[in-house]
Amino acid sequence: MRAAIVETPLDGANLLREVSAPANGAAILFIGTVRDVNDGRAVTGIDYSAYSAMARRELESIVQEASSRFDTTHVVVEHRLGTLDIGEASVAIAVAHSRRAAAFDAARFVIEEIKRRVPIWKREHYSDGAREWVDPTRATGRGVVETSPADAGDEPTNSDDREPRAARTPGA
Amino acid sequence: MNVTVLLFASYADALGRPEIELALPAGATVRDAVRHIGALPGADRVPPTPLVAVNQRYASLEQPLAQGDELALIPPVAGG
Repeated sequence: MRAAIVETPLDGANLLREVSAPANGAAILFIGTVRDVNDGRAVTGIDYSAYSAMARRELESIVQEASSRFDTTHVVVEHRLGTLDIGEASVAIAVAHSRRAAAFDAARFVIEEIKRRVPIWKREHYSDGAREWVDPTRATGRGVVETSPADAGDEPTNSDDREPRAARTPGA
Repeated sequence: MNVTVLLFASYADALGRPEIELALPAGATVRDAVRHIGALPGADRVPPTPLVAVNQRYASLEQPLAQGDELALIPPVAGG
């Protein structure tokens, strides 16, 4: 198991090698990349920033939770910070397991928890020169509102009580 | 007691700085600290009840603060 915040390009193949083991019948590699349009606006790049110490701590918790939930120690995640171009990888998650269903589920769990609670922010650069912080709690043109740590209620039962319950997130 | 307030992303832009030192009376809670921040110029772009963390762990607004605590106001997260 390993979780890291990095400022250099991600290499998914390295992560896959890291989780490989003879007992594993399945390995999943998820790569999140910078796309060229968001909410109808042309995007040219993204600045990623973080509350680094806490982000690392949350990433480590997520990896540990995934490990105990899905019964594998072969979970590795790296999240990149800094300015990324279109197509570059911002997050890489590798999970290996004896069975494919658990490997898929664990990888999905890790990315969804990252989006829900790791203190990382992105500022999009648009083709017209504007730059704006992305707020996933704000309704978009497609009516999508993602959940935030404060309003999600699907914590794994074995997690401790670090999640905020009293605080509310604007617009949520 | 003194508490360090960390600001990030849109909140740091709104307040024009990434960090604020607050002197608070003993027994003050996170909510008290947030109220102080809310009175500063630019704070109209920070919600009255933001997500918060104390010493790198998510916390409630009712949590009491202690001397030297690091309080972070967390804008809506957007990792991945």
